[in-house]
Amino acid sequence: MSLYLRPGNLQEALDGLSRAPAVIAAGCTDLFPATERPALGGPVLDITAIAALRGIAETADGWRIGATTTWTDIARADLPPGFDMLKQAAREVGSTQIQNAGTLAGNLCNASPAADGVPPLLALDAAVEMACATGSRRMPLSDFITGPRATALRPGELLTAVHIPQAAGQGASRFLKLGARKYLVISIAMVAARIVVDDGGRAAHVALAVGACGPVATRLPGVERALTGLPLRDLTGAIDADAVAAALSPIDDLRADAAYRRHAAAELLRRAVSGAVSEPEEALR
Amino acid sequence: MKDMPMIALTVNGAAAQLDAAPGRRLSEALRDGLGLTGTKVGCDAGDCGACTVLLDGEPVCACLTPVIRAEGAEVTTVEGLGAPMARLKTAFLRHGAAQCGICTPGMLIAAAALLSRPGTPDRSEVEAALGGVLCRCTGYAKIIDAVLDAAGSTPQTEAPAAPVSGAAVGARIERLDGAPKVEGTEIYGADYAPRGALWVRAIRSPHFAARFSFGDLDAFAAETGLQVFTAADIPGQNIYGTIPPFADQPALGVDVVRMRGEAVALVAGDKPAVEALDPDSFPVTWHSAPELLDTPAARAPDAPRLHEARQDNILIAGLVHHGDPAAGFAAAAHVAEGEAETPYVEHAYIEPEAGAAWLDGDTLVIQACTQAPVMDRDDTARILGLPPERVRIIPSATGGGFGSKLDLSVQPLIGLVVLKTGQPARMTYSRRESMTSTTKRHPARMRARIAADAGGRLTAMEFDGDFNTGAYASWGPTVAVRVPVHASGPYSIPHYHAEARAVHTNGPVSGAFRGFGVPQAAILQETLFDELALKSGLDRLAFRRLNALPEGGTSVCGQELHGVGIGPCLDALKPRWDAALAEAAAFNAAHQGRKRGVGVASCWYGCGNTALPNPSTIRLGLTPQGRLMLHQGATDIGQGSNTVITQICADALGLPVDAFELVGPDTALTLDCGKTSASRQTVVTGNAALLAGRALRARILALTNMGEGARIALAPGAVTVTDGTQTRRIDLAELAADARGYALAVEETYDPPTETLDENGQGIPYAVYGYGAHLAEVEVDLALGTVRVHRLTAAHDLGRVINPLLAEGQIEGGVAQGLGLALMEEYIPGRTENLHDYLIPTVGDMPRIDTLLIETPDPEGPFGAKGLGEHALIPTAPAILNAIRDACGARVTKLPALPHRVLAAMREAG
Repeated sequence: MSLYLRPGNLQEALDGLSRAPAVIAAGCTDLFPATERPALGGPVLDITAIAALRGIAETADGWRIGATTTWTDIARADLPPGFDMLKQAAREVGSTQIQNAGTLAGNLCNASPAADGVPPLLALDAAVEMACATGSRRMPLSDFITGPRATALRPGELLTAVHIPQAAGQGASRFLKLGARKYLVISIAMVAARIVVDDGGRAAHVALAVGACGPVATRLPGVERALTGLPLRDLTGAIDADAVAAALSPIDDLRADAAYRRHAAAELLRRAVSGAVSEPEEALR
Repeated sequence: MKDMPMIALTVNGAAAQLDAAPGRRLSEALRDGLGLTGTKVGCDAGDCGACTVLLDGEPVCACLTPVIRAEGAEVTTVEGLGAPMARLKTAFLRHGAAQCGICTPGMLIAAAALLSRPGTPDRSEVEAALGGVLCRCTGYAKIIDAVLDAAGSTPQTEAPAAPVSGAAVGARIERLDGAPKVEGTEIYGADYAPRGALWVRAIRSPHFAARFSFGDLDAFAAETGLQVFTAADIPGQNIYGTIPPFADQPALGVDVVRMRGEAVALVAGDKPAVEALDPDSFPVTWHSAPELLDTPAARAPDAPRLHEARQDNILIAGLVHHGDPAAGFAAAAHVAEGEAETPYVEHAYIEPEAGAAWLDGDTLVIQACTQAPVMDRDDTARILGLPPERVRIIPSATGGGFGSKLDLSVQPLIGLVVLKTGQPARMTYSRRESMTSTTKRHPARMRARIAADAGGRLTAMEFDGDFNTGAYASWGPTVAVRVPVHASGPYSIPHYHAEARAVHTNGPVSGAFRGFGVPQAAILQETLFDELALKSGLDRLAFRRLNALPEGGTSVCGQELHGVGIGPCLDALKPRWDAALAEAAAFNAAHQGRKRGVGVASCWYGCGNTALPNPSTIRLGLTPQGRLMLHQGATDIGQGSNTVITQICADALGLPVDAFELVGPDTALTLDCGKTSASRQTVVTGNAALLAGRALRARILALTNMGEGARIALAPGAVTVTDGTQTRRIDLAELAADARGYALAVEETYDPPTETLDENGQGIPYAVYGYGAHLAEVEVDLALGTVRVHRLTAAHDLGRVINPLLAEGQIEGGVAQGLGLALMEEYIPGRTENLHDYLIPTVGDMPRIDTLLIETPDPEGPFGAKGLGEHALIPTAPAILNAIRDACGARVTKLPALPHRVLAAMREAG
């Protein structure tokens, strides 16, 4: 019988992890499908009994979302409009059943190029908090995911929380996911957009991110710069398809080809931006 | 050594203890540990939702939940949906929301979570709540209706009164076998565990083509404590196939494998020991060989042969030649020409293959999911070297089949283990195993040319198709023969030439899948018809109506047809066609980025085997106690034959449906009713049931010397017959009982009259045909190429509707599979062996479906009835493709019409 640890506090978990490597189990919505067996192979460190790892809290400089916060938790949370895109993504993760189990940290650590949570979190300027038995550190989410199924997590380390800065809660935001069916679908492409509007009706701050169009989801700083300062009505027209395409490195796979993904990303960004700053009727259904 | 305590939790309101590893899937623990087999396992990956349970009131996939998470929690399974959800269950039955029933527990739990929340949910909330549970049978329409009904969102429907004697046919009655499906007590292949059963697992090829050799199997067995079986252990002929002259598939591979997923060995032992096995540790060495994965590669002159005797890797070619095609094309004013390519399509039933086997005396008993118990018996007996009477097949409830469960799966494997060990054995395929090793729809590469005269009348058609039949024959010969017969569609084409070949590759075996190749052919034929209509300057529906086979018309096989319902089907679509075109035009005038389009396509399909015998035999018996037993050997895989056959028999006999008790199917208790395929059960077994009912009625009337118009009734131990004021009674106990204990019994056989096809495919391939036409309304996003089907109207000629509720369910389910074929389904061997990379429609992808049931009686069918199962899928995909083209000009010739393909086709169209 392989070892299965389910500690009730974080230090116990980190101590265990410092002694021997373990498979970290949270929502198990990616872990079990990869296991293809009736039980998880061990040793397993199950972090879902650690109360301190779950939930959303306001902090002095923003918000802290615990590692094992589920997608349902996020969808139901009371958060400012900058988070709308994250809540929309939460409702598009798999199905209700998956949203009830799947966690934020699992989505990030699994590091799928098509992880639904990553584009909105990138557009929220998220940072991840990691802890090991001897301390903790933070790093921007954009540095954390280093490739398909690869992260900056070191042996003995656990992703404990995601931090969103105060400023990122601002603005109107929107998430759009394009797939070949309605529910339980892996994205062909997805985008997140967050626009902060100034008093003069101009885009004071623009955050755009695209997923499933490269090995990792990415922000589009060049396109963001081009949109910053423009009146809202000019935003969609200023999204340059070539600039979007240049920022992405999609592949051909069974869901779509690379050329289509580049094209679709630009179109989805236009709709997300437009949807964020206006009524959603022209957005992707 | 036990290193963990028992896990205490509450299950369905009662305290429970689970002796399971903390990281074990909750689904496993509930099923194995508590015997709660109502929780179904379809994928073990959260992709199908069949295992949905409530964990502290919230729906989760039990397969993704480590059992330790349920410690101290409250778990609710389908068995625990108590009184508050009784209305939900009755609504499922009344609306026909359960067909095969395998998704029903997950659907009920997901719906219960929604209904337990305050408020009255609307349709979109119901869809969101059910979005995580896949159903492959129903097309979801009746499930949504049932949930809305139970929620009080729509007026609650009343259960109709049970039909009286003589009124069963045509009655909208609930399925007779529905109750266990909503209670979670139905026993599917994986749900029966004989005491002490060995768990069996197959070692399968990871390669498409390879030679292999075993290492030291004895040492492996000694080391692991598992028993190992290979082809060397097989006592009979290690070869099988659904069509005996073409049988070529080994139960366990010998020296070579021709496809990925081919089984080469079995391991058997205690379940934990088998689970602990790392299949990569099995002592087998593979020497992979170059593989042929498509028909062009397989037909290349230098391609290696998969089967030595089959030149050019061609299993068989089918041909139909009628009239003088050259003259027909010469006389034409308009010609449309094109090609189309369709992929492997997976059946994607939610129940992976499973079963159990044991010895009863010297009889090997196999209880497994299947569509063809007698074929299973005969093939398994041959493989195991037993006379057929020493093998008994008891079909378990079957959680979807759609053609694939016509072929053997677990039967010879568990049978072998039982024979060799004397112990019972069980086997359940994993989702990956099911998808890699069982049959698929044939990928097709087709080209065709169709001509019409200046007035739009068809003059000639040529069709040529290569159908990738995969590594072994299976139903490849049927596809090769059926396609040329049907590729004309239900139209009058005076000059015709069609050829289809079944070509071997190292891909998965292509077998039977709802339509046997006809849906692929219809995609090309019906899309070319749109082009011909446009060239002829005719409305597309009018073009089809003009060319539709008339009553008494002649098919491309030279058969004079009667009871031809295609014209009435097309006529029935006319009002919606006109409205849909007008609505689309108005929408398109008002919208820029999205365009709507309308498409239509037809189908026809011959019911039963092609020009070959396929009899069914029904036994009907009255016990001395006055119980009426219907021995019904047709397997009901959800399509409804248990109900439909009984309805037919009831009216033939003159007793109400609720007078009948169903026996079987079971090869020890029922006679051969053939396979559940080719839309044959209503027609063929239905006719046998009609004859049996009439025969028993005649016996009863003769015994009482009453006239044909007399009324029959059952009483305890007696039959009473009343004619006018006169009543006579048969005391059943006074009649000498037969060997089976029946006071009165009849057996009747029906075999549809067909005629062998000649070298040009001319003859009478089928006795009965069914007809239909679908009208699809779609919206295309011009910038993204996404397609949404927002409405579908399906007209089907059933000859005589035996049960409208079940007929609608067949049609809605066929539409869902046709929509999947058109828009999303593509099985790529080695890459889509799960239900998240292989996509089937979810509840959110289905349009509104309006069903129009047409009755053009067939002279041969029971009460005039025709088959429906395959028909319902055939027109959907071409109707959608025609609507896409109508909306945006895109001619998609490679399926599925994924967004990138639609967008590319749009750009090509300019």
